[in-house]
Amino acid sequence: MADTAIPPDTAPHAPGTAARRRPGRLPAPERPRRRAPSRATAGTGRLAALLVSPTLLVLTVVVLYPTLMALDESLYGPKGLDPKTGFISDTEPFVGLKNYTDIFTQAGDRFWNAFWNTTFFTVVTVSLETLIGVAMAIVMHRAFRGRSVVRAGILVPWAIPTAISGLLWKWIFNANGIANVVLGHQVLWTADGFSAKIAVVIADVWKTAPFIGLLVLAGLQVIPKEVYEAARLDGASALQQFWRITLPLVKPALMVAVLFRCLDALRMFDLPYILIGAQKGSVETLSMLAQNEASNVRFGPASAYAVLLFLYVFLIALAFVRLLGADLIGGAGGTKKRKSRAVRTPRRRVREVTA
Amino acid sequence: MKTSTARAIQCSAALTAAGLLLTACGSSGGSGSGQSEPAAAASFKGRGPITYVAGKDTTGTVQTIIGRWNKAHPKEKVTFIQLPTDADSQRQQMIQNAETKSDAYTVLATDVVWTSEFAAHQWIEPLPANRFPLGKMLQPVVETAKYRGKLYAVPASSNGGLLFYRTDLLKKAGVTRPPTTWAQMTAACAKVRKLPEAKDMSCYAGQFQKYEGLTVNFAEAVNSAGGQIVDADGKPDVDTPQAKKGLDFLVDAFKDRTIPKEAITYQEEDGRQAFQAGKLIFLNNWPYVYSLAQKSAIQGKFAVAPLPGLNGPGASSLGGSNLALSSFAKNKATALDFMKFFTSEESATYFLKNASLAPPYADLYDNAALDKQYPYLPDLKQSITKAVPRPRVVQYGDVTAAIQNEVYAALTGKKSSAQALKDLQGDLQKLTAQ
Repeated sequence: MADTAIPPDTAPHAPGTAARRRPGRLPAPERPRRRAPSRATAGTGRLAALLVSPTLLVLTVVVLYPTLMALDESLYGPKGLDPKTGFISDTEPFVGLKNYTDIFTQAGDRFWNAFWNTTFFTVVTVSLETLIGVAMAIVMHRAFRGRSVVRAGILVPWAIPTAISGLLWKWIFNANGIANVVLGHQVLWTADGFSAKIAVVIADVWKTAPFIGLLVLAGLQVIPKEVYEAARLDGASALQQFWRITLPLVKPALMVAVLFRCLDALRMFDLPYILIGAQKGSVETLSMLAQNEASNVRFGPASAYAVLLFLYVFLIALAFVRLLGADLIGGAGGTKKRKSRAVRTPRRRVREVTA
Repeated sequence: MKTSTARAIQCSAALTAAGLLLTACGSSGGSGSGQSEPAAAASFKGRGPITYVAGKDTTGTVQTIIGRWNKAHPKEKVTFIQLPTDADSQRQQMIQNAETKSDAYTVLATDVVWTSEFAAHQWIEPLPANRFPLGKMLQPVVETAKYRGKLYAVPASSNGGLLFYRTDLLKKAGVTRPPTTWAQMTAACAKVRKLPEAKDMSCYAGQFQKYEGLTVNFAEAVNSAGGQIVDADGKPDVDTPQAKKGLDFLVDAFKDRTIPKEAITYQEEDGRQAFQAGKLIFLNNWPYVYSLAQKSAIQGKFAVAPLPGLNGPGASSLGGSNLALSSFAKNKATALDFMKFFTSEESATYFLKNASLAPPYADLYDNAALDKQYPYLPDLKQSITKAVPRPRVVQYGDVTAAIQNEVYAALTGKKSSAQALKDLQGDLQKLTAQ
């Protein structure tokens, strides 16, 4: 058949075209040598490319280029000191993948410590924030007197810049601060140890649970009242309504919120840096480690850590989308991420069934 | 991509991309232009406008001094570029400026511990020592401006630790003189604590949070016990009985509560507040505490003395700042003149009077009028004269981090002091071997 003569190059990318072709099984003989016609119509295709190109250009300059530069930089080691002259050499030696393989040697202890700290913070803070955020959203959603005051009150922490909230909590967790007065027991929160981890978790949950609350509230507000009326008629209890109606319907919004929080928590830097301080083993995250290396003029290892963090974040985002079905395309309107390309149509099913 | 602008773009763009600071700002290609600099160092050419780069000027005094210069040199005006207050950010911006070989910064106000690093990277120029009145300055202060025996900066201000103590309580307990040794200090505390009003007070505190202050306090303890962290040639020498005695003083003081447990979280301000709130009998801190404490509840009830040591007066660490000249700057002749002007005895007097910055000049400490304004000056002079600069090494950032790690582990009881010093010696050897 003629099908074999023309490579189906564009078919997977442009489903519309594929559908148009299939009935006749005709390999579009009109303009066999050109690709353009296979994309909807030539005019709109060109217009689309034109409209998208500024964005692509900006992304190339601010995302792609630096990422490649970081990759390149991560292959170089720190500049050496010439013991005779006492001067640091001008060039960085090429070390290949040594900066990466070093994490499996003893020098990698600090990396793995930072890695597990990052993971710990992400898992613990995001779990707590999800629970508290959903509870906040439900409270905010209820109609009662003074609702606007409660809403505003809940959102205040989110409006405070992280650096400022870091300072606030630093005072609260001072050896003679409010936290210890309330507890009636002196905990040295800012000393390097497990208590420092707890301090960071508390401050982070306080600040970002409202973010999840806000997104979930948006999700709650689009659930039609009729669904609940029908459920009540059928005799569903409040708990059943929550599990069977609220949660599934709010899931797309919730998933987006949780994914965003995860990505945010994985690159956590400012809060532990300000609240506890740099180079504290108990709270050092990957971002802090990379920054610390860079500030000690070791850009190679710093870039390597940054690249590893980038991969880690990327994998988590991918896993999230695949396993938990975060519906980034349709869910909460307008919140699109670069990684959303990974989402394919099967996920849509969930939404269609529930809605 | 070898040009400075391209690298600047890489930097700022990398920030956006990875959400991280400074991931790709190194010079991987290596543009070999810096090597010819040292040979030409003797000639400082070019006159014209320059910049002075320092941390935020909270007192307004820097602008006044620059104003004076600008009035006298209308064709060689100095512009003041203010950086953030905190030293790490200042250092980072100066490094960025140097890595991009930008001529935006001319004269840099550098912390005393940065000299070696900046000099080894050739970010700053070696300076002609005969152009500055170094002989009139306190010697330990001048040492902080040198790298491998060559002058790379000029001292602009200095600082040393002082022992603040409660005169009222000591007098009541029958202690007539401030202690000069640690043993005397703890003995004085024991007597004071028998007083009913002082029974809940702690004896002593310094800065023991895991940050630069811990390095300062550890260095003081080690030097005050006759030890050292690095020797005269820059080789680590911290695994010694003397250094152990120094560290043991701190470790034991934490154990027997001579130092309160919460002091492990103290930075300068926490200690000052505890002292002002009447929680401490002795406090090791910088002179800035003096004027603030005079306005607090303990006004008139305290005085200062040089730091105590193991067998006699101790040795302080040194603070303060130096002026250095960026290697990539223009108008270096003007810059050199300005540095001379800015660090002159006249300017130093002005800074002392109006911003209470400790001067590098010895005779200013013996000036009766100034001593009246700042009663701590004679003690501060003693403190600075006996002071030992913190380790002068190229990788200072790593060295201070290693010190903080090991000392903190010892103070919190995670390691014995012997083990901590042994590990520290190993770490420092690795860091200085590079």
